[in-house]
Amino acid sequence: MNNYVNSYLESTARERIERLFDPGSFVEFLPPASRVISPHLGQLDAAVAFDDGVVVGRAFLDGETVFAAAQEGGFMGGAVGEVHGAKLVGLLRRAVTEKIGAVLLLLESGGVRLHEANAGLIAVSEVMRAVLDARAAGVAVVTLAGGSNGVFGGMGIVARCTNAIVMSEEGRLAMSGPEVIETASGVEEFDSRDRALVWRTTGGKHRYLLGDCQAIVSDSVAEFRQAAIAACRAQPTFLCLAELDQEQAMLGERIERFGAMSDPLEIWAALGVEQPAAIPMLDAAQFVAVARPRRLGGR
Amino acid sequence: METLTYRFENGTRALPPQPRVVGVVGSGNLEVLIESMPQGGACTVEIKTAAAGFGATWQAVMLDFHERWQLMDASIAINDMGATPAVVSLRLDQAVETMLGALS
Amino acid sequence: MDWQTRANAMFPLGHSLTELDNFLSGSAQSGAQTIAVVGTTGHAPIGVEIALAQARFVLQTVREHPRRPILMLVDTAGQRLRHRDEMLGINSYMAHLGKCVELARRQGHKVIALVYDQALSGGFITSGLMADACYALPDATIRVMGLPAMARITKVSEQRLTELAASNPVFAPGPENYLRMGGLQDIWSGDLAARLQEALAAETTGDLRSRLGQERGGRMFAQRVIEAIMADRDVLAP
Repeated sequence: MNNYVNSYLESTARERIERLFDPGSFVEFLPPASRVISPHLGQLDAAVAFDDGVVVGRAFLDGETVFAAAQEGGFMGGAVGEVHGAKLVGLLRRAVTEKIGAVLLLLESGGVRLHEANAGLIAVSEVMRAVLDARAAGVAVVTLAGGSNGVFGGMGIVARCTNAIVMSEEGRLAMSGPEVIETASGVEEFDSRDRALVWRTTGGKHRYLLGDCQAIVSDSVAEFRQAAIAACRAQPTFLCLAELDQEQAMLGERIERFGAMSDPLEIWAALGVEQPAAIPMLDAAQFVAVARPRRLGGR
Repeated sequence: METLTYRFENGTRALPPQPRVVGVVGSGNLEVLIESMPQGGACTVEIKTAAAGFGATWQAVMLDFHERWQLMDASIAINDMGATPAVVSLRLDQAVETMLGALS
Repeated sequence: MDWQTRANAMFPLGHSLTELDNFLSGSAQSGAQTIAVVGTTGHAPIGVEIALAQARFVLQTVREHPRRPILMLVDTAGQRLRHRDEMLGINSYMAHLGKCVELARRQGHKVIALVYDQALSGGFITSGLMADACYALPDATIRVMGLPAMARITKVSEQRLTELAASNPVFAPGPENYLRMGGLQDIWSGDLAARLQEALAAETTGDLRSRLGQERGGRMFAQRVIEAIMADRDVLAP
């Protein structure tokens, strides 16, 4: 595969679906020809998309039937409106009734679609409930995060409600974007144009070291595919008190150990990384070799 | 947003039944949905564009397109966010080629 | 109105709520039941500490008081906007709180939420919006974002957004709109103690908000999209 075609980052949502799952296996639910567009964008004189920015359906992954959703970062930054959110909810609920083994969420989103304000917020909340309902029913829900828009806002929360997250170094996972923080609290608080800082703070490698994602791959659809296959086998899928107690302890430890630090480099040093400044230069395999024995969250 | 529609008769090339979509509705880009549609042989195009006032340009691009492909019983729907004529033509060609199986 | 006055009105039979750095917790009497109460006050921005504190309380309730109902009190300015919180992964802290609420629900705890003052998106989405049912007082403010910031990000003029916010349920910040869209179960007025008891007694089975939104006419697409996908249809029901 040539480099361009294999880049997850450069691929559109449809291309990711086509290239990641077993060839020709994807069947789309509510396809663009159905023209189920946003009912709210017109009043803001904003352009619509025939799939409202998310592709959902069924595919084979290494021969197993899975459901899949891919958000299109190029349309409204992948942000979630009423229809977009409902497609995700419908997919997750259908996975339960059809007893599907896993749902892959190829996320790339700024979170709630502000153009749809209240409808978008409720939609993201419904996606969150639907993810947890699916998990409770035995459906593994796996997030892939490698798009240029990152996974932010309410979708950054949804991602951490799934069983596992696979990220590339290029991917980002957070709540508020650096521009929002800079606007609210000033450039000294977070300089949104300091790209290195942005990726140290919210990028895949930092999230892996913190224990917030379970696998790091390079910007390769083929590698995302392999990691997705492994992640779908995560068992059990449902929440339990022991797991949440463990997470409570880990999150408390993060605040205790790192809460006074001002740069992620300090966190990496505290985790025992000998040359924190070199982390951004390492390729995925080199990075995992350094990070896996030192990261929080085990596994 | 501006809506533009075109209708071309006397096309000769039929399309397979499966609808296709190419492109993304992002800045400088567009999505093209192409479907086989029995409508007396006509090829219809409906464009919703965020860049109003370019009717003449769209007309030229569409005439060119129909000359190139001569589609019959085809419905094309476009959501455009200010793509250049070159990008529009590219996406239209991609849409037809995807339909006809020339692209995977 | 401060939280103590609200609490006294809601719990005439007594409560033990305390506040520490805008974090509220404790227990209260509602009719014959003891309920667990957790939440925030002072328009608190939700940062990693306060999200974790709420989660700790929920887990403690699950562990020490099987099936005890949980009331989440919401008054927040939204997520805290600091580099530090993002560095530590505030989305994980919020998700953790949401998962703890979900666990409580699965273990038989009824979880209801009340927006008694202000609720802004990120501060609300894994507390109030994760409850079995979310309620609000009539003078509560619920919104996604302030208009100036929304105008900057959407590139829609503040004037246009203000126009829309005056009349359009999608943009207007009042609880009536969230009610109509299915996001809220009900708005409480009158005897708050009685409203609370009714809410605790109400049956809830699953997330019915998209259906509510359709029935009430505030969200006409979500439920139909969900149904079409579940029924393997390529068209929405009319």
